[in-house]
Amino acid sequence: MTEPFEPKITAFVCNWCTYAGADLTGTSRIKYQSNVRVLRLPCTGRIDFMLLAKAFARGADGIIISGCHPNDCHYTSGNYHARRRWMIYRNLMDFMGIDTARITFSWVSAAEGAKWAELVNEVTTGIRAMGPYTEYKQLANAGVE
Amino acid sequence: MELREKAKQLLESGEVKAVIGYEPGTQGARRPAFASSAARTGRLGFEGEQNLASYVTRKEVKRLGRVAVAARPPVLRALLQLMAERQIKEQEVLPLVLDADGQVQELATAQAMEEHLALSPQQIPARDRELMDRLGGMTRQERWDFWQGELSRCIKCYACRNSCPMCYCEHCTMDCNRPQWVPVPSHALGNLEYHMVRAMHLAGRCVECGDCGRACPVGIPIHLLTFNAEESVHAQFGQRAGASSKLDYALSTFRPDDKETFIR
Repeated sequence: MTEPFEPKITAFVCNWCTYAGADLTGTSRIKYQSNVRVLRLPCTGRIDFMLLAKAFARGADGIIISGCHPNDCHYTSGNYHARRRWMIYRNLMDFMGIDTARITFSWVSAAEGAKWAELVNEVTTGIRAMGPYTEYKQLANAGVE
Repeated sequence: MELREKAKQLLESGEVKAVIGYEPGTQGARRPAFASSAARTGRLGFEGEQNLASYVTRKEVKRLGRVAVAARPPVLRALLQLMAERQIKEQEVLPLVLDADGQVQELATAQAMEEHLALSPQQIPARDRELMDRLGGMTRQERWDFWQGELSRCIKCYACRNSCPMCYCEHCTMDCNRPQWVPVPSHALGNLEYHMVRAMHLAGRCVECGDCGRACPVGIPIHLLTFNAEESVHAQFGQRAGASSKLDYALSTFRPDDKETFIR
């Protein structure tokens, strides 16, 4: 018997808002799906576009990128720079045929514990319906016996 | 005045130390040519495809002093973008262009270059436009298959990087192995990641000369990737690389009211 598909979701979050927000979800005892692996970075501005590609290559089926709302960045403008980067990168990925529906961008503040739970649940359900992202994963093993 | 005459005059007067243009190569091809003395200007011409701006950032060319460059619009854009990125100074290059009467004209200042560029609209070649539109009309899966098919031929020779006037970094991400961002061999994943990185690093900086695609020995239309990145910068942030010598890099600036549709 095969196990039902459980998606792996990688979340790149900023230290100051979304990580604290996810913490609040826990301390508020809000239950949410456990498919998400949270990676804490100093700021969304620090999230190199290559990290997303690496996550897919290492087996992520979905990705969440989340940080402070515009105007709330701990470093004043990191999230504005990140936003510009995603505006370009998302188009490029789509042009190259990478499934951008598997990447969710969001702003979750330190006070939005409930929003975090909702976001993770929604993304997990969505990715579960899409199935595993084998297309990209296969590249990593291509030609390796 | 013809280019050869002009080059001769400039070199004889010592105004420039070299003139970069094109000359006939083998099998009817045109190749870049450097004239460093008046005696060597006899074969120079304007007709050629390579972007000559990729030479002006090289150490061995910079060491010469001021150089004149036969400059078609993409070359002019590249020179302006290099000025905006503070890689060359206005007084280090002297672009030569043909004016409406077929006369060679010197564009000594960035302002003169900008004004000359404004005369002709920037357009990507019809063939590339058509392919981009065709790709745009495909489903995501078809685009993926298209690029996987194309990139499977990539041999990672880095000709696209080396031909690019904007790829002047002494330490390229591709050459770094701590960390090794992109697998070195021409492997399916490494090829995809390499071209993704190249396009992202050229977003907002690509002058759309298409030299990367021409340099590709296996004929992958990789210039479309940087064109795509450049076009999304233009569409979303309203600026084009090479339009001015005082352009801010699109991805290191921002506007609080940048409009996107996908962040929840």
